Amino acid sequence: MKAIISDAWTIAGKDLGNEWKNKQTIGMMVIFSSLVILVFSFAFDPTNNMVKAVIPGLIWLITIFSGLLGLNRSFLSEQENDSITGLRSAPIDPSSIYLGKVMANCTMVAAVQIISIPVLFLLFDYRFMGEFLWFLLVLAAGTLGFIIVGTFLAALAVNAKNSEMLLPVLLLPLLSPLMIAAVQATRIILENADIQDAMSWIQLMAAYDLLFLAACFFLFEFIMEGS
Amino acid sequence: MKQKSGFIDTAMFYLLIPMVFAALYFVFIWSPVEKFMGAPQKIFYFHVSCAWVAFLAFFTVGYYSVRTLIKPNIKFHIHAGISAEIGVLFTTITLLTGMIWGKSSWNTWWTWEPRLATTLILWFIYVAYLFVRRMEGSWEKIAKLSAVFGIIGVINVPIVFMAIRWWNTKLHPVVFGDGKNQDGGGIEPPMLFTLLFCIFTITLLYAYLMRKGIEIEKMRHAVKKAKNKAINRLAG
Repeated sequence: MKAIISDAWTIAGKDLGNEWKNKQTIGMMVIFSSLVILVFSFAFDPTNNMVKAVIPGLIWLITIFSGLLGLNRSFLSEQENDSITGLRSAPIDPSSIYLGKVMANCTMVAAVQIISIPVLFLLFDYRFMGEFLWFLLVLAAGTLGFIIVGTFLAALAVNAKNSEMLLPVLLLPLLSPLMIAAVQATRIILENADIQDAMSWIQLMAAYDLLFLAACFFLFEFIMEGS
Repeated sequence: MKQKSGFIDTAMFYLLIPMVFAALYFVFIWSPVEKFMGAPQKIFYFHVSCAWVAFLAFFTVGYYSVRTLIKPNIKFHIHAGISAEIGVLFTTITLLTGMIWGKSSWNTWWTWEPRLATTLILWFIYVAYLFVRRMEGSWEKIAKLSAVFGIIGVINVPIVFMAIRWWNTKLHPVVFGDGKNQDGGGIEPPMLFTLLFCIFTITLLYAYLMRKGIEIEKMRHAVKKAKNKAINRLAG
């Protein structure tokens, strides 16, 4: 177990180091999420009062849309120069590749969120009034679940020729319970309503995260064998 | 072996024809008309049977996916694929009949009721499953990838159901089975009989389609193999 985690750290470090050098994926993700916000501000008039109702949904939409870009890259970049064969033949447990990729993707999406969510609040002139720590917890739980399933399916989809198109089709239906829970919990916290109401949603997210982390962790081996 | 499977198929086929007509007779002529909903209620018999078969088909996909992962075998792979195809077909029928019924009795084509939404998401998951199976590559590779996705999909279905249930009931506790369209008054015996008969007929239809589909898929594989052999011989 210890070996798996230290190998995962190495792989995550490699991915993040690469990203730090050229900053291409993360730059695209930030720009793309800002563009989504821009398009939405045309779709829903930001001066309107109704905007408050769509903010929780928007937070998750920009996370998913920009996250999809990063997830697509995370295994496609390994296919250049056939690096994936190198990873596969390395004397490490396949699950550590998965864990490493989850850590790297999670860091990247979190970095994008740090920029894009304040931009969203700014452009929609939204004043944050909820409990900040609870908000962070909900964000972390939702993002983690998204990355856990997303990284797994990205590894699966990369075997297809049209993997960029295949990934959203595979991922979005599986994400639906997590998104319902995340949007509802975010809404409750942003409205500064009773935290107790959000508790069951947070529990649902935690259960989803744990269940899929376990399932993906054990099934990842088969994807690596198959590809 | 070959003779026997042909005999079972023929027997099922000739059993199915009178059964479908009998089911139509029971549904439209024999069973009483419901007092409040009137004639549109009759769609309910086919709707419930198709929904049951859809869920059965997806359960079969999950079962054969696990079998494929434990021991890769082209038979399990084919079974899972055919079951998913039939399942998508029956889910589509369930959604369409449900919408027609909803329009007549709830006066709306669609509501975000847990069962409706779960069925819709199920449909999306299994269409995605069929996309995974359409990838290029050797069948061993596709078998592994699609089996993994099938298992993840099956795990997801109960979670989707719970999430939508909570979402729609605004967090009030739900007693199991206390849905909108489950009237507590129960069901008339002739109606129950018709329903059970329909479920049985459609399940038999599923089994028949499954057998036929598997046969066709096996033929496809045999033809592919023969083609490759011929091409290799020509090239060599």
